[in-house]
Amino acid sequence: MTTLLEELEQERIRPETEHRLLLCGGIPCTSLGCKKVKEALEEELQAQGAAGEVPLEVVGCIGDCSMGPAVIVYPEGIIYQKLKPEDARTIVREHIVNGRVVESLLHRDPQSKEILRRREQLPFYRGQTRLVLRNCGVISPHIDEYLKYRGYAALARALAELTPEQVIEEVKISGLRGRGGGGFPTGRKWEMMRASPGDEKFIICNADEGDPGAFMDRNILEGDPHSVIEGMIIAGYATGARQGYIYVRAEYPIAVRRSQEAIAQAREKKFLGENILEKGFSFNIEIRIGAGAFVCGEETALISSIHGTRGDPNPRPPFPAQKGLWGKPTLINNVETLANIPLIVLHGGSRFAELGLEGASGTKVFALAGKINHTGLVEVPLGTPLRTIIFDIGGGIPGNKKFKAAQTGGPSGGCLGPEHLDLPVDYQSLQEAGSMIGSGGLIIMDEDTCMVDIARFYMDFIQDESCGKCTPCRIGTKRMLEILEKITAGKGEEKDLETLQQLALLLKNGSLCGLGRSAPNPVLSTLHRFREEYLAHIRDHTCPAGVCRSLTRLRIIEDKCRSCGICARICPAAAISGARGKPYVIDPEKCSDCLRCLEECPFDAISRGGERVAAPMD
Amino acid sequence: MAVKSARETELYHQLTRALEKYKGKSGVLIAALQEAQQIFGYLPRQVMIHVANELTIPLAEVYSVVSFYSLFSTVPVGLHRLEVCMGTACYVRGAEKLLQGLQDKLGLKPGEVSADGRFSIATTRCTGACGAAPVIKVGDELYGGMNEEGLDRLIKELKQ
Repeated sequence: MTTLLEELEQERIRPETEHRLLLCGGIPCTSLGCKKVKEALEEELQAQGAAGEVPLEVVGCIGDCSMGPAVIVYPEGIIYQKLKPEDARTIVREHIVNGRVVESLLHRDPQSKEILRRREQLPFYRGQTRLVLRNCGVISPHIDEYLKYRGYAALARALAELTPEQVIEEVKISGLRGRGGGGFPTGRKWEMMRASPGDEKFIICNADEGDPGAFMDRNILEGDPHSVIEGMIIAGYATGARQGYIYVRAEYPIAVRRSQEAIAQAREKKFLGENILEKGFSFNIEIRIGAGAFVCGEETALISSIHGTRGDPNPRPPFPAQKGLWGKPTLINNVETLANIPLIVLHGGSRFAELGLEGASGTKVFALAGKINHTGLVEVPLGTPLRTIIFDIGGGIPGNKKFKAAQTGGPSGGCLGPEHLDLPVDYQSLQEAGSMIGSGGLIIMDEDTCMVDIARFYMDFIQDESCGKCTPCRIGTKRMLEILEKITAGKGEEKDLETLQQLALLLKNGSLCGLGRSAPNPVLSTLHRFREEYLAHIRDHTCPAGVCRSLTRLRIIEDKCRSCGICARICPAAAISGARGKPYVIDPEKCSDCLRCLEECPFDAISRGGERVAAPMD
Repeated sequence: MAVKSARETELYHQLTRALEKYKGKSGVLIAALQEAQQIFGYLPRQVMIHVANELTIPLAEVYSVVSFYSLFSTVPVGLHRLEVCMGTACYVRGAEKLLQGLQDKLGLKPGEVSADGRFSIATTRCTGACGAAPVIKVGDELYGGMNEEGLDRLIKELKQ
């Protein structure tokens, strides 16, 4: 029997013999200079007289951001990465015009030295199961392309063959759970919404991806907006809603534009509007743009924001399914959750449930970033070990540094350590390990990351984003931040750790919404797992990772210093002295810690951190 | 109230016209303020009063929304607003150092505008370009893989 993935691959194979270029237009590629590559491709195609014949399509994120800008040449499916404008010209001249693959620009496996030609052969993609991301980076976001890959076929099936109850049943069988952080079973949510009385109901697609370090929703909306729109229409049909909203953050201008274009295209083809596919069901979608507030990812706050007011959360119950937008029953699903829906409806819930684990079926998209060789979106079945994601797919830690922690779930989640590398990643296992899947942000940290500073970083973020409505969160986050700042400044006391624990408990139990209740998680998980590091800051007045500036000072490593004198010449504080033949020294009294010497030393003889320094005076 | 310049008068006319479509509708304040900020570059008190009057919404409510969302600014911003992304991936890859470098190079602190009105510095929440961290955002453009040299190039490019 074929798997769902193989089935999708079969659908994907379309007879093509003509050359076609797909250029990654994901945000990281764009920011790494994909525009210049595009111009070079266009110019060279023009120069070679192939401009009209060889289509050049800018697609959503292809996947591996660290290897951008990237181009895939069809029909062979050859991938060229890390392109410069001159490489782009070579590809057009050699590959497109002369039909010779440019071997020198292909990816070479660093270990086996084997040349890898196709995207699917690269380790980053080989280990993945790209279901939700099936179209991202493979087709352009235009509806015509989507339709070539059985786009809107699930909607047609739902309207023609299934009753709303049957659609909900399929979603329940699939075992799909919310991908935005909560992990609530989607089918049950839909059932509650359908059962909720009311003649007017709403669907909201939550695209307020505020978790720093998560970018899957952005890429799905940019690369494959129609899968989300199709999911929303099906959700509307199943639950009895006729109006949908996509609430997207203003920080994502391209996602906003692509969603708007996709809605217009779907309307034109009559997948949106009155009497869709002449089956008597009507549905419309509008876009609402956020204005910068993390708390608006929380569903009651999101509703307040669509009302045009401050994004203050409200106590639940009543749940949005009973009393949501404009006081009417409202279903809120995350972007990734909705992008799963067409697959489930088209291929059946039981096919979907074959993937992943019991109680956590399907795949999850992770946003892999931080101190890792290959950054980008990684989609794997739930239950995949952390090690596979970080080392097999992500290619490990750069510069032979040691893996220290993986932060999951952003400001609401926690850190996993090396002892968790073989942990199967799913909802329950991460929760038991003191973290959560959250929206799927996965930030890798190495030995140069200070865990106390990371806890401070998240608390700073949460304190800034706390809406101020309830006291535990408003004041609790402030007090916790002050203590963490005190510790990172080298003024911490051991009793501070106890106070942090007490405050954490207060926030967990006393806050109004999820933001406050989960705010202490990064502190608690680092306190639990990296307590030694907190104690080093407090007792020894040192930051082992060399991050906290008050606790580190620059010094010259005698063995490495070649007495070249560069550091002394560039030091703006004239704090470095020495003579030929002898190692130079830094006068800590004069040093302004500008780090210029550290950056300029050609022998890496200057370091900070690890060194015990005297307690700073008040 | 200070006398408005001809340019200002024109901007207020533009705002009045833009607000027309929101009148009498509910749930439109955020969108109306976003449009106002696009016209003026920021939201000074007088603009907030104008929006409140046109939409017959209490000024207090307008202010409560402006002060809540981080993308609304009540102080002027430079022609080029350089925003250092402070998402986690950017942070662990040295966003703080980038911010410091930017401050040193432009002689500005976050929230200040350069004397010629061309530059201002700010931090921004995660831009979702974590794969290219650390990132600087200028308008709708993102610049990834940023370092000291990248900053020099970017500033030079913007000064032209």
